[in-house]
Amino acid sequence: MSGARAGIDRPAFRRGLRAGIPFALAGGLLSLSFGALAVDSGFPVAAAIAMSAVVFAGSAQFAAVSIAASGGGLGAATVAAALMNSRFLPMGIALGPSLPGGPVRRGVEGQAVVDASWAMAARPDGSFDRSFLLGSTAVQYVTWVAGTVAGAIGADAIGDLDRFGLDAVYPTFFLVLLVAELRAGRGRGAAAGGALVALALIPLAPPGVPVLAASLVALAGVRRGARPAAGTDPHGGGRPR
Amino acid sequence: MSVDPWALIALCALVTVAIKAAGPVALGGRPLPRRLTGVIVLLAPTLLAALVVTGVAGREGELQVGAEAVGVAAGGAIAWRGGSILVCVVVAAVLTAALRALS
Repeated sequence: MSGARAGIDRPAFRRGLRAGIPFALAGGLLSLSFGALAVDSGFPVAAAIAMSAVVFAGSAQFAAVSIAASGGGLGAATVAAALMNSRFLPMGIALGPSLPGGPVRRGVEGQAVVDASWAMAARPDGSFDRSFLLGSTAVQYVTWVAGTVAGAIGADAIGDLDRFGLDAVYPTFFLVLLVAELRAGRGRGAAAGGALVALALIPLAPPGVPVLAASLVALAGVRRGARPAAGTDPHGGGRPR
Repeated sequence: MSVDPWALIALCALVTVAIKAAGPVALGGRPLPRRLTGVIVLLAPTLLAALVVTGVAGREGELQVGAEAVGVAAGGAIAWRGGSILVCVVVAAVLTAALRALS
């Protein structure tokens, strides 16, 4: 496992760290509400924290805990989490060719995919800046766990999350990432199509399915092939300020 | 709650690791077919738009829109004007909370 490709590009890693900080802070707010919700729903404090540490996927954690809290079984809650995470499948397929080493190592590094890191590490040519991705995810992981600790311990003091508008944090998080894409002129039609598909399926399909189905809209890009790079910046336009 | 939290955590961790590993394990070292790069470029805006919509309007499998939609929209407007994500998120939460307090 030698060669430049397998090592970490330190400047890119540091750029990823810095770019990840605002998302890490916003994610900390999100995981704070997750910690409080989980404890509210009957999770022991240690379990709420452990879930963030080993699952590290916001939408899946919220979905699984909400379903368990509303009386759903282990199977239903796990399937919901899997569906929420199903978007990581196409994201991982996209990332795969940019990862070095054998299958095991690639599978391990693939765990670093989270929405913000993945979107920011994408290059216009369809490849990914792996070191940038690892840096951005590292800082987000730290605040994700720390926020959960605060929320789980402070659950009694926080009380009703909706009172603080904390339920607005999660969609806003994704909207900020989306705005960065749209401002760069990327995929406006695809975004509108994905939103419409998801909207139409919300009342019809179980949670997670609308998002997965919406991802099929991206297949509209299949015949266009690689677009010419907008600039020489490897993160051209894709990085929110 | 009817389920064992620790069993739920173990299962969720298992499916998450498997889903995240699948793509990289299957597709390493080979470049993605050129035709697919157009799909990859569109994937992020498509998924993000769907996550915003389901996060705002999809509570427990029903279409519902409340005060948080206003907060999220305000956060989006600030992002469009170049505001940092932290400001966007805090404004969205505070505005949502204020609207709820007033109603």
